[in-house]
Amino acid sequence: MRDTIRFLKGGQVVELSNVGPSETLLDYLRLRRMETGTKEGCGEGDCGACTVALGRLQGGRIVYQPVNSCIQLLGMIDGAELVTVEDLIEDKRLHPVQRAMVDLHGSQCGFCTPGFIMTLFTLYHAEGEHKSRKTVTEWLAGNLCRCTGYRPIIDAALEACFEAADDAFTWRSKQTRESLQMLADSRDVFLGDSNKFFSSPATLDGLAALFGQHPDATLVSGATDVGLWITKQLRDLKKMIWLGRIEGLDRVEESPSGVLIGATATYQATESAMNALSPNLAELWRRIGSKQVRASGTVGGNIANGSPIGDTPPALIALGTTLELHSAEGSRALPLEDFFIDYGKQDRRPGEFVTGLFVPRLSANQAFRCYKISKRFDQDISSVMGAFRFTVAPDATIIEARVAYGGMAGTPKRAFETEAALVGVSLEDPSTWGTAMQSLLSDFTPLTDMRASSEYRMETARALLAKALMEVSGTAPEDIRVLARREAGHDRAA
Amino acid sequence: MTAPLDQTTHELPLKQVRKALPHDSAEKHVSGTATYIDDMAEPVGTLHVVPGWERRATRGRIQSIDLEDVRNAPGVVAVLTAEDVPGTNDCSSAFGDDPVLASGEVLFFGQVIFAVVAETREAARRAALLAKIDISPITPILTVEDAEDADTTVLPDYQFRRGSPETGMTASTSLLDGSMRIGGQEHFYLEGQVAMAQPQEDGGMLVYSSTQHPTEIQHTVAKVLGVPDARITAEVRRMGGGFGGKESQANQWAALASIAAQITGKSCKLRLDRDDDMIMTGKRHDFRVDWKVGHDGTGKIRAVEMEFLSRCGYSVDLSLGVNDRTLFHADSSYFYPDAQIRSRRLRTDTCSNTAFRGFGGPQGMLAAERMIDAIAISVGKDPLEIRKLNFYDGEQNLTPFGMPVEEYEVMHDLIAQLEESSSYWDRREAITAFNAENAVLKKGLALTPVKFGISFTLKHLNQAGALVHLYTDGSIHLNHGGTEMGQGLYQKVAQVVAEEFGVTLDKVHITATNTSKVPNTGPTAASSGTDLNAMAAKLAAKEIRNRLTTFLCEQHQCGEEAIHFGDNKVLIGEQSFTLAEIAKQAHMARIQMSHAGFYATPGITWDRDSATGRPFYYFAFGGACAEVTIDTMTGEMTVDRVDILHDVGHSLNPAIDLGQIEGGFVQGMGWLTTEELIWDEAGRLRTHAPSTYKIPTASDIPEDFTVNLYEGSGNPQATVYRSKAVGEPPVMLANAVFCAITDAVASLNPGEVPTLDAPATPEAIMKAVQDMRRRRAT
Repeated sequence: MRDTIRFLKGGQVVELSNVGPSETLLDYLRLRRMETGTKEGCGEGDCGACTVALGRLQGGRIVYQPVNSCIQLLGMIDGAELVTVEDLIEDKRLHPVQRAMVDLHGSQCGFCTPGFIMTLFTLYHAEGEHKSRKTVTEWLAGNLCRCTGYRPIIDAALEACFEAADDAFTWRSKQTRESLQMLADSRDVFLGDSNKFFSSPATLDGLAALFGQHPDATLVSGATDVGLWITKQLRDLKKMIWLGRIEGLDRVEESPSGVLIGATATYQATESAMNALSPNLAELWRRIGSKQVRASGTVGGNIANGSPIGDTPPALIALGTTLELHSAEGSRALPLEDFFIDYGKQDRRPGEFVTGLFVPRLSANQAFRCYKISKRFDQDISSVMGAFRFTVAPDATIIEARVAYGGMAGTPKRAFETEAALVGVSLEDPSTWGTAMQSLLSDFTPLTDMRASSEYRMETARALLAKALMEVSGTAPEDIRVLARREAGHDRAA
Repeated sequence: MTAPLDQTTHELPLKQVRKALPHDSAEKHVSGTATYIDDMAEPVGTLHVVPGWERRATRGRIQSIDLEDVRNAPGVVAVLTAEDVPGTNDCSSAFGDDPVLASGEVLFFGQVIFAVVAETREAARRAALLAKIDISPITPILTVEDAEDADTTVLPDYQFRRGSPETGMTASTSLLDGSMRIGGQEHFYLEGQVAMAQPQEDGGMLVYSSTQHPTEIQHTVAKVLGVPDARITAEVRRMGGGFGGKESQANQWAALASIAAQITGKSCKLRLDRDDDMIMTGKRHDFRVDWKVGHDGTGKIRAVEMEFLSRCGYSVDLSLGVNDRTLFHADSSYFYPDAQIRSRRLRTDTCSNTAFRGFGGPQGMLAAERMIDAIAISVGKDPLEIRKLNFYDGEQNLTPFGMPVEEYEVMHDLIAQLEESSSYWDRREAITAFNAENAVLKKGLALTPVKFGISFTLKHLNQAGALVHLYTDGSIHLNHGGTEMGQGLYQKVAQVVAEEFGVTLDKVHITATNTSKVPNTGPTAASSGTDLNAMAAKLAAKEIRNRLTTFLCEQHQCGEEAIHFGDNKVLIGEQSFTLAEIAKQAHMARIQMSHAGFYATPGITWDRDSATGRPFYYFAFGGACAEVTIDTMTGEMTVDRVDILHDVGHSLNPAIDLGQIEGGFVQGMGWLTTEELIWDEAGRLRTHAPSTYKIPTASDIPEDFTVNLYEGSGNPQATVYRSKAVGEPPVMLANAVFCAITDAVASLNPGEVPTLDAPATPEAIMKAVQDMRRRRAT
């Protein structure tokens, strides 16, 4: 048992024993260390002004990820190298990304700038990223700037981030790797007492035992949702169990039958496996949250807390995903759709926790499509999310359909009537599609809220089904996705 | 005093002005060392203030307030209510209708009822949730229609009227009318509202506030504390963005921090949580515009009737100037022979809408562009042809408010250049072909003009002061009344002062805006920051230089022409000195080396009551061409290409001006596309965080984005180095995006005018698309 957390900053090991269960990394930086370079813009992980970089060993290499420090718990940086904007200047010289931002006029009011710098720092150190505007905007989607209009920041990124990294962090990387290896232990971490604690078990059994003793504890994985309970709802979370150090729980295993995703695997970590399942899924993954959110947030966490605004569940449900749960009593598995009972209510028993998901691969006669509709393309929550898996006979008749939507009910939900109506539909004959479209009316009664009206949701749900049928059948002669067109570089008519 | 006319058209070689230098704080921004108020070291014992409000209330009488649990919460030092305000319980700019703390009645969702002062911000935030407040609700007036029905306004109606629009309509061959809704906009400055008040000796208060208007902070704090202005000093080094949202609406937070500081005797800081900030502070005014236009059958406008109904919110705030500016820009760039342009300033039980970059102008101009689009679509011509047909020109150049558009040739030339450089007509053909081939995706194209009046329409605000000291080591201290919110004002003014002294920028020390150095300033607003403050600073520097010149002429028995300031040197005939040497000599000779410069914009004669005179010193011009693609099944939209040409006169700093143009355009694009404010039926703002309110992100800007500065003969008016203001005009370049979306929707049903409202969210686009389909079906 270890009763401290330890991390690396500025080449030094920092060891803390007084860490509150809900203390955020941003508060630690600004209020305890008086390092005010990192800013608070929104306190909910949506603006990126508080971005810092966390370096961790992956396959013997240090990988730097941007995270939103406002919703990252301090205890969660255990074992990592923490890099903030204060750490970048070496020998009074600006870091290459800082230099490029100055030279190309990438700051105006400057408040968002340290956050941008830190995201750019992680891109500077990323390996294998293709030098393109698309790569840059994908990395920057989680950093809002209200002054510049982004063009100079994108230019600065293109200028500075795609050369071989050559900064103080690369110069001392051997030493950093050694320090990180030294910090990586397999002891359970527990700070506090049985009434108020931050803990981080190292094994699944340790977790089951601790959660069994404290079924009222909060399980936290990436904290991209739990963080908001703290900063916005001011919930007094006294017992915090972080899952991030449990060995093997972050596994992503690809097999011929499908992909096994451990509960603490981040969106980021599952990206390539999702890409292999379907390019549509890869596109969806890229539009979930931001780089910062995908670096911290986990697929398992998104499901476990039953957030009604998750974009992954409809797609995973349509693919026939099963969920694994575990407790001191044992394990069980259930179809993902059955986990979501009602708004804010899941089929999770006291002391039980999500351990993983299994997403089956598509068979040769199956087609999958999913669509996310939101006011803004990047880092927005969908107003309507539609996912479709059609199993098609050689004569182009649909023999089985799985259809799931988000934004159409209090939970991600399958459209059973529509699925039934799709059976027997001919992909080659659009005149047979009408009944299925009508069936959506009996499957759903969507609500009106700040994201969309009930009417728009219903119309769009039908349009997405039509789009899926058009795309799968090839009846649409053109590329009928506005975003895909843009990204394919077809955006100029002349 | 007015500006000395700088009449040379060919300039002496300039060393500092016109250079594309980085923002003065750029290196501090990127290294995290630029200090914002929340980053300042707090005096020992600093307390934290958090506003308390009632989440269930929109409008209603306060029956009871029970703050017992708040007072008893851990860390709480004091709890403030309206009774605790030592002076006047008002933080309005002028009209006396903005209570710092609610008194008797809650006027809108989010109104501050009490404030908690505690040892930590977290303790204060937790305690603020413990109040028990009983409010008897009144059915709130929320929409334009509610307010119309109830006939509630914050200010009397106002209008411009020329000729007889009634006769003009009768004489027109074709009449068109319509109604459009234009949404508001949240500022979303990245640094939220913040202030720190520090008690001083003799009842004084030093207030650090993130404000565009330090003088108003000084006045407000003096008023709420009930002390003379002279006891209060307001200071701001920089804001993390303002955009108009910190012109009047920084007052309340500085007032609360100051009241808390006076009562506790401790330094007190208030930094709003982002959600509270978005709920409590005002936004860009949203409008319904009812319009009617008569033309001669070819598209030439004969008469116009427009009515602008704006939602001002619960109080006046800056709604007078904002709505006036809507009327001043309801012509966009078009001549209206007969016109009636009316404004109703409706009172609603919502947050008090306020200044936002463009200050009402964007809404007026967008309505004009809708009329032009409607004419073009109905006569089957390209909208650009109709735009040019109605442009101000040599004969028809009087605006509806009687000011001539003297630079109409700049407007014509700029649009012609853009038409060429954007390949408008080739692309029009390609887009028509694309739309013929594609059933689901449709493209749209638009090229729209910008003409924006520069000057405060409240005449007395068009003045500024600066304080310049030359020290005996040759270093220069620069201070002025303008505030830095990212727009690069400090850098531009420093360049002007460096130029005047013939020194490099490292000799000029920029200092924080402070009411004890330059008093009685106006807000940094109306795009006027550089025009006013750089001129005041230039005059101050020039005066000191003149004194040195006079001194040197006497010393060296030479004429002024023998003295030259440049390259960090002072040349006297063949002799060369450093500025430090000259400053030392002048000091020994007892020459004053400090001067307070003052500038008042000349030529402004606007009289609001009679609606006569000249409101603007000059106009700034611009043009944008935008191409979009919409998905007619989902309403999704991408902006594919944007070309911009913008007139900044002769630029003081092209890099900074380019940044203003691009940033302004993208902000305008957000207003017209993804940024949607939603209030529920109970009047509660539902989009009060970046999770639900979506400003543009890096991937929303077009990959093909070309922005150029218009190369003309400079500002015909004697502005500082013939430059033009650049803060606000670029916002309206985004009208091209909205008109391009309209164009794409219009392609579905030629001849029918789309009913697209702003913002053009996917849902709004789908609504317009379906409306077009319905009309085609009938």
